[in-house]
Amino acid sequence: MTIAVVVFPGTNCEHDARYALALLGSHAELVWHRDDDLSGATGVVLPGGFAHGDYLRTGAIARFSPVMAEVERLARQGTPTLGICNGFQILCEAGLLPGALVANRDLRFICRTVTVRVESTDSILTSHTSVGDLLQIPLNSYEGNYVLPAAIDGAPSPNVVLRYCDSSGASGKQMNPNGSTDSIAAVADANGTIVGVMPHPERAVEDILGSTDGRVLLESFVSATASVVA
Amino acid sequence: MTIQDKPDHQRLGMTDDEYDAVIDLLGRTPRTAELAMYSVMWSEHCSYKSSRVHLGKFRSDQPWVVVGPGENAGVVDLGDGWLAALRIESHNHPSFVEPHEGAATGVGGILRDIFTMGARPIALWDPLRFGPLDDPHNRYLLDGVVSGIAGYGNAVGVPTLGGEVEFADRFSRNPLVNVMALGLMKREQLVLSAASGVGNIAVLLGNATGRDGIGGASILASASFEAGDEEKRPNVQVGDPFEEKKLIEACLELYDRGLVVAIQDLGAAGISCATSETAGNGGMGMDVDIDAVHVREPGMTPGEILMSESQERMLAIVTPEHVEDVLAIAARWEIDASQIGTITDGPDLRVFAEGRLVAEVPAASLADDAPRYDRPYERPCYLNALWDSEPAIPDEIDVAKTLNLLLDDPAIGDRSWISSQYDHTLFLNTVIEPGHDGSLLRIKGTHKGMAVSTDGDSLRTYLDPRRGAARIVFESALNVAVTGAQPYALVDNLNFGNPENPEVMWQFVEATDGLAWACEELNVPVVGGNVSFYNQTDGVDIYPAPVVGMLGFCDPMPDRPPRLDRAEQGMGIWLIGQEASDDFSGSAYDRIINGTLRGRPLDVDGATARELIASVVEMAFDVPVLHDVSVGGLAVALAEIAFVSGTGFRVDDVSGRELFDETPLRVVAITHERDLETSVPRRRIGTMGGDQLGFGAAGSMDLSAARRIWADALPRRMR
Repeated sequence: MTIAVVVFPGTNCEHDARYALALLGSHAELVWHRDDDLSGATGVVLPGGFAHGDYLRTGAIARFSPVMAEVERLARQGTPTLGICNGFQILCEAGLLPGALVANRDLRFICRTVTVRVESTDSILTSHTSVGDLLQIPLNSYEGNYVLPAAIDGAPSPNVVLRYCDSSGASGKQMNPNGSTDSIAAVADANGTIVGVMPHPERAVEDILGSTDGRVLLESFVSATASVVA
Repeated sequence: MTIQDKPDHQRLGMTDDEYDAVIDLLGRTPRTAELAMYSVMWSEHCSYKSSRVHLGKFRSDQPWVVVGPGENAGVVDLGDGWLAALRIESHNHPSFVEPHEGAATGVGGILRDIFTMGARPIALWDPLRFGPLDDPHNRYLLDGVVSGIAGYGNAVGVPTLGGEVEFADRFSRNPLVNVMALGLMKREQLVLSAASGVGNIAVLLGNATGRDGIGGASILASASFEAGDEEKRPNVQVGDPFEEKKLIEACLELYDRGLVVAIQDLGAAGISCATSETAGNGGMGMDVDIDAVHVREPGMTPGEILMSESQERMLAIVTPEHVEDVLAIAARWEIDASQIGTITDGPDLRVFAEGRLVAEVPAASLADDAPRYDRPYERPCYLNALWDSEPAIPDEIDVAKTLNLLLDDPAIGDRSWISSQYDHTLFLNTVIEPGHDGSLLRIKGTHKGMAVSTDGDSLRTYLDPRRGAARIVFESALNVAVTGAQPYALVDNLNFGNPENPEVMWQFVEATDGLAWACEELNVPVVGGNVSFYNQTDGVDIYPAPVVGMLGFCDPMPDRPPRLDRAEQGMGIWLIGQEASDDFSGSAYDRIINGTLRGRPLDVDGATARELIASVVEMAFDVPVLHDVSVGGLAVALAEIAFVSGTGFRVDDVSGRELFDETPLRVVAITHERDLETSVPRRRIGTMGGDQLGFGAAGSMDLSAARRIWADALPRRMR
């Protein structure tokens, strides 16, 4: 197996993720949420959508799908694991990333291209970028508002990967589309191998679609999976 | 008389004559379940009884039409084995009663019409009409409808690429919520609804059947509204996009593996409609076992189960040896399935409950023997007064002041408050997103593109139903042409008032004449449609509001299709097409500045339209910006280009009147080229650049200040 793109009932970005990865010369396979063996996977993508209808709470049911034990095992052993949008929500619910995602500040779905600034290159999503790079990526979510409780004494500060900003790179309340804590758009675990990102890099991979800025992010991910010995 | 005192058939929305017709047909009094079936299947919504005699005027015999009107969706050939399926529907009354669920289930229903044909639904559009937003109830309706569309469309995973919106007082108590869907498939995936094969099994897939939506088609969609009709809220269905998403994937897998003989979605009239349609269309009969239906709650009567409009259900006809495979695929996608019927050689649809025969009717009679009314029609007297007067337009117009007022209109201002709530980028097909004249989608792995525009113009249609309706078609054609796509097929949603009013019926006959004529002029087939009558509340009919969904097709698609944001400093601004000829009837100027609606809109010449459209399609391969001049005239068209591109402009020698004139068949082109290679009339009127909207002697406005007004027109009203 190569990269596993996990499909829950209600997932809808699996084909887009697979298409974008293929465009970068990588190979990904769709894996149903009842599969419980991902051995051989060099990377895991939890794509966007509405896993289990987002019922109860976004990601709350998905986190108990049979496949998640395997996702957790691989993630904990350092296999590159990328959650996009709904996948980010699931990673938080599963406790693989800190924090949680709640309804957008304005209580409306947001579909528009946003600018994000690279905050750290120490992650499987940003290793091919430079700190301060500005990228145009489509945002598409209702529960995209990332909340992170104030750091408890002694807790490590979060590994922020991307922040929402304006076209000059400035962040702040005005440029924050959904109310996320500290304008966080993507966050990683301490090792940088588990990443959750709210905007959709797979939707910005071709000129004809309006932006190719998602390519460098997915290229970072693909190259991280290339070094995994499955 | 309260509703409880009426005889059964009247309570179900059936007239005494129609009831007698059922008795004649069966040779006896109908059983309860049978009466329920006829009442829904013979309702206006299902049977098109008032409109059918007029629908024959639409042509659909062009060679690229694969499936014309009559199936769940129209299908056209895109070459190389690719087919597109398209369909438009309304959910007007349910959305008035319960805006969120009404609009949501409208989306669910149209998607099923598309994947019933074998196609994957790939995009949605939502043409909407509401009353003025200064009324809080209208704001509530707009907010609920948009959240319903977003909630269902986003979650089911089909992008919504736009639509359009109008606001007028006549829609206050009767909003219009139309929805169009587009699907894509390879030829071998096409499935039709006609059942065949005695002994084949009918498998009901998807949601459990509950008590929701009983009588939705007959009671909600086929009757006028009166005060106190909130009691109809239980007739509105409740949608579950998650169930629909699983159902889409399961059905597409069934088609891929060739496991279904025929399939029919369950919409209006639920099981009674689906079973009778699939059997009737195939000239077959069916035995249905009501006890086999998976239900949401115990104690439902056979009539309730037959009539329930519970959402997210499909009926597949399967050969006996494939039943196990079908059930296994349903199980894999985690949807319920039950074997509820067997195909017989007919002609009867027989329904059994607890071993008892509860209904036995000729399957085809539910659809084919429905009444047809050639309702009387009569030219309305209101027209004389309207045509005898003209909009008052001064010779000198204060352009800045006028444009400020127009840009602040919610139907002219930026509509991204609506479109940004819809996922419009899923599936990586969206080349031109909402906010342009037409949407453009690519077909991955090919050079083909599909453009769609939905258009309606109820005010002009009210002033002259024939011309108004025809102009919608030409406008829609131009909207797809500016993306480089040839107008290729059309679906229409005919929203009208009470057909028993001869004046409304006249509007319908005239408007359909206009639509048919315009389509004929452009050689565009009408591959499907929907009629929504009884849009009348407390005796007030809506403005006649035919809405069209135009599919354009291009192969190849332009490498860089025109976009409003490609306008740059120094580019020349050209006006292409007809010269302005004082067309202010039904214009934004008359509506917003004068507060009146009068006069007679101009007619369109078919040959002129054809020539312009063909030229525009050609230009779309070279010219960076092409923008149709429509609501608000040239002034608004230029302002939109400036707002989206961030570049100001200066035009000269265009009078104030000319700037707001809404003469049809005009397009703005913006390019660096010294001339435009086109045979149609063209005139250079200005240059892009600067931070002003400059109208020469007629005045100027600061770009960013004007943009703020435009951008806030809708949000400020919805805050």
